[in-house]
Amino acid sequence: MTEVTELSRSEGETLDTKEVLLNLGPQHPSTHGVLRLVLEMKGEYVERVDPFIGYLHRGTEKLAESFTYTQIFPLTDRLDYLCPPSNNLAFALAVEKLLGIEAPIRAQYIRVIMAELARISGHLLITGALPMDLGAMTALLYAMREREMIMDLLEMVTGARMHTSYCRVGGVREDLPDGFFPKIREFCAIFPNRIRDYERLIENNRVFLKRTQGIGVISAEDAIDLGLSGPNLRASGVDWDIRRDEPYEIYDRLAFNVVTREEGDCYARWRCRVEEMRESVRIIEQCLDQMPEGRFQVDLPTVAFPMDKDRVHCSMEALIQHFDLSAYGFKVPKGEVYSAIEAPKGELGFYIISDGSEKPFRMKVRAPSFVNLQALFGASNARYLADMIAVLGSLDPVMAEVDK
Amino acid sequence: MSVETLLNRAPIAERFGGAIEDLGFAHGVHAFAAPPEMIVELCRFLKEHPALRFNFLSDICGVDHHPDAPRYEVVYHLYSLPNKWRVRIKCRLGDPPRVPSVTGVWRTANWHEREAWDMYGIRFEGHPDLRRIYMWEGFEGFPQRKDFPLRGYKDKLNPFGAEGTPPTQPDLATKNIPQGGPQGGRSTPAA
Amino acid sequence: MGGVNNAIRDSVLFTTADNVINWGRRSALWPETFGIACCAIEMISAGCSRYDLDRFGVVFRPSPRQSDVMIIAGTITRKFAPVVRRLYDQMPEPRWVIAMGTCAISGGVYNTYAVVQGAETFVPVDVHVPGCPPRPEALMHGFLLLQEKIKKSRALAGTALDRVAGP
Repeated sequence: MTEVTELSRSEGETLDTKEVLLNLGPQHPSTHGVLRLVLEMKGEYVERVDPFIGYLHRGTEKLAESFTYTQIFPLTDRLDYLCPPSNNLAFALAVEKLLGIEAPIRAQYIRVIMAELARISGHLLITGALPMDLGAMTALLYAMREREMIMDLLEMVTGARMHTSYCRVGGVREDLPDGFFPKIREFCAIFPNRIRDYERLIENNRVFLKRTQGIGVISAEDAIDLGLSGPNLRASGVDWDIRRDEPYEIYDRLAFNVVTREEGDCYARWRCRVEEMRESVRIIEQCLDQMPEGRFQVDLPTVAFPMDKDRVHCSMEALIQHFDLSAYGFKVPKGEVYSAIEAPKGELGFYIISDGSEKPFRMKVRAPSFVNLQALFGASNARYLADMIAVLGSLDPVMAEVDK
Repeated sequence: MSVETLLNRAPIAERFGGAIEDLGFAHGVHAFAAPPEMIVELCRFLKEHPALRFNFLSDICGVDHHPDAPRYEVVYHLYSLPNKWRVRIKCRLGDPPRVPSVTGVWRTANWHEREAWDMYGIRFEGHPDLRRIYMWEGFEGFPQRKDFPLRGYKDKLNPFGAEGTPPTQPDLATKNIPQGGPQGGRSTPAA
Repeated sequence: MGGVNNAIRDSVLFTTADNVINWGRRSALWPETFGIACCAIEMISAGCSRYDLDRFGVVFRPSPRQSDVMIIAGTITRKFAPVVRRLYDQMPEPRWVIAMGTCAISGGVYNTYAVVQGAETFVPVDVHVPGCPPRPEALMHGFLLLQEKIKKSRALAGTALDRVAGP
């Protein structure tokens, strides 16, 4: 029978801890993908964090230099895979600026609806994933329920649940199908109640509040200096939204609020996204009310396919046009453009240099998550390991966008 | 010519004269060309000037113009949150490409410059921690240069790569960052 | 002598044992939560309420030490391949691998300097689920195929009981 001895410590003696290097990831349930954090820790206290990225670097930008402009759309899908229609829109706008064309008004409305659906879809995942990281797993199941509704809508229009590749330079690939309008109105009617459900589920949960309020505070000056954009920046009190300040497509015809909060902590960032989902529903409803009839592709045979596919089978000129565009692509005049949109994660910009051929000379993606992730250690009051997870979740990085 | 462009140009022309070339206004962005030694001064001026206030660095991008010379280029995109203006600064560099770092002006430049170093081999002088960000430790070559093959070079793990080997480049690490894990540790920091 | 061996191995004792063990293994396949890229989102969708994977006995485990099957969901880059291999090595046997998505099967659209052209180059893959990304129903079909594969396998092959039956 062994004796149980008690560890005795004299008065005033503190526990001496050594510094430890902790490797978090790249496979870990809460790192939101393949992110590796090397943490220098003193006990539970994080002295320094060094993110290692590049585990999903696929060479998108170099690959884009050997693809025609239309072939790049699937590559843009796979950047922020939570909201592909948004990435498609950003790229289409950049190329259209270079070409000096504009998509028809109906196509612009359709693209905005798709982008806002993508915004809701992207924000829904983090609405569910952040509580899951903190231990409340129910939230994710509820969030995925709504995401399934959105994916059904996307599948109805584009044929694919996730990687839609729906936008084209000069418009969209196909018009909206007949059953779409009743279904999306049904979604817009149901969804605000569902947001209230999430709020009631999570908002008053003391554990969630304790773990997110006052944690990871980023001041407004720091946020601008670190290059944050999107909900992360607006949660720190900076009122900047590209949809309102540099309007693209038909955003200047729509009325919506830009959600800002003052605290700059994890809770504020999470709350900003929830409120933005409400605003997106309002935007979609306005688009549905205002949408005109008309073309869904620009009327330029050098850039766009004929809208009526039957013509391709019956008319020689249309057949040649279709073949030429599919096989060789369209030439874009020499020049360069930087075009940014308000993606769900922040400022998504495409910098394209064209040398006059049908493939870009250089395509640079300004990925919002790449810049947002830098703020991981810029956030104060987040010095415990558990807080680090909360901050990472609230910054909402998508690793495919970080690593391109 | 819009009002913004006049406001953008005048203070810059006053301060820097002919050193900064005005490339004109196109597609919503005004572009300037600057020599590398003036970059930090120009960026700080654009950020701190009371009328301009370009306090947000959107992007730093490396470009390879091979076979044209000068071969490399660094492009900065700035945004002014109060004025809602965008400006582009282009800096053409020779071989080997070196340019001062702007991490002292905006902290966000840190990872952008690491990416430009990793992909193009553009050395940013004064960067606190210039090491590879996307490619793995021990990777040779700079992938996005025009003479680097898309599928990489053929080796044991890459049967589809091109024949040959990349030109050996010294890997620059200004600090001994603790590693660990699957990639192993670095024995000494490179000078 | 071979005929006697097979008669013992194919006898009712071994085949019943095989059936029972295989039934246990295939009805409770625990995968590792190992989402790499876009396919991870479809994997999560498959695990959530609409395409519930739990009814197949599939429970996602965070640690490789506690999982039976590794779903490689996403593009494997050359930087990440040693990590995947290490995780595979950490899994206890019997273990299986499902390569989900064309990137895991063959590199997908990314035939570039940084991407491994298929998980099969460094781990043995049992089921390939094509798609970019595959629908959750396709992943479910992949699981059912894996269950069929396990059903047909010899659970006791290579074990001590097998050696009792003869050389």
